[in-house]
Amino acid sequence: MDTMQGETTPSEPKTKVERTSDREVTVTRTFDAPAHLVFEAWSNPELFRRWWVPRSIGMALTTCEMDVRTGGGYRLGFEGMDFFGRYLEVTPPSLIVWTNEEGGDDASVTTVTLTETDGRTVVVVTERYPSPEALEADGASEALPETFAQLDELLVELASAA
Amino acid sequence: MVQYVDARLDASFAALSDATRRGVLEQLGRGEASISELADRFHMTLTGMRKHVGVLEGAGLVATEKVGRVRTCRIGDRRLDEVTDWIERYHRLWDERFDALDGVLEELKQKEQADGHDAG
Repeated sequence: MDTMQGETTPSEPKTKVERTSDREVTVTRTFDAPAHLVFEAWSNPELFRRWWVPRSIGMALTTCEMDVRTGGGYRLGFEGMDFFGRYLEVTPPSLIVWTNEEGGDDASVTTVTLTETDGRTVVVVTERYPSPEALEADGASEALPETFAQLDELLVELASAA
Repeated sequence: MVQYVDARLDASFAALSDATRRGVLEQLGRGEASISELADRFHMTLTGMRKHVGVLEGAGLVATEKVGRVRTCRIGDRRLDEVTDWIERYHRLWDERFDALDGVLEELKQKEQADGHDAG
């Protein structure tokens, strides 16, 4: 029921988002390119920065440092906010796993699997949070981490009251 | 890396950063109230409460309507939906992101094909 539909092809959404558990969200999309190229676009900073930040966000990346190998680190800097973490596991061209540590203790883990069939690649991105609350908070805002908890509480209250 | 958010939501969270304003929202969640009723309840001046309600209204979290001399406040439903319906924004983020990736991949494919021809 949480599956969202794409705008251009309502019957067959290009990007599928599913909440697969109370602490996990999965995004699926098929690309018309072999896995090694998709992997390159995820692991080469010059390519990565061209697609990772949607224009509608209205923010530009000021830093994009990525050492895409098991044990390597990354840092994506915007004005006033950095996103950073470590690559827990990297297996070209089929797997990239990284932590999202900007939120402190509530670090989520992102797993990307690339599966190639007939020159096309299915990309599955799974975002796993340490708790259901962390998932809700991440979706709810980019407010400072320490405000997530109280904000979340309030939103739940408001939603049930409205 | 998913904490990116619609810039439009910033105002909502700024509005929610103040304890009085959160209290006002909680209050309005239970039912409509006039500015003077809210001022009374939060032991504030009318002017002070008008400012808080103005911030909440600017963020779309509260809607107000003036009938005669009384301005009635209620929860603004549209923005609250946006704030709570995070999975829709999450979908939008990834959809937009992946559309851009499509473009990059198309380029890489063409480059690879061109390189292949050069090599051959």
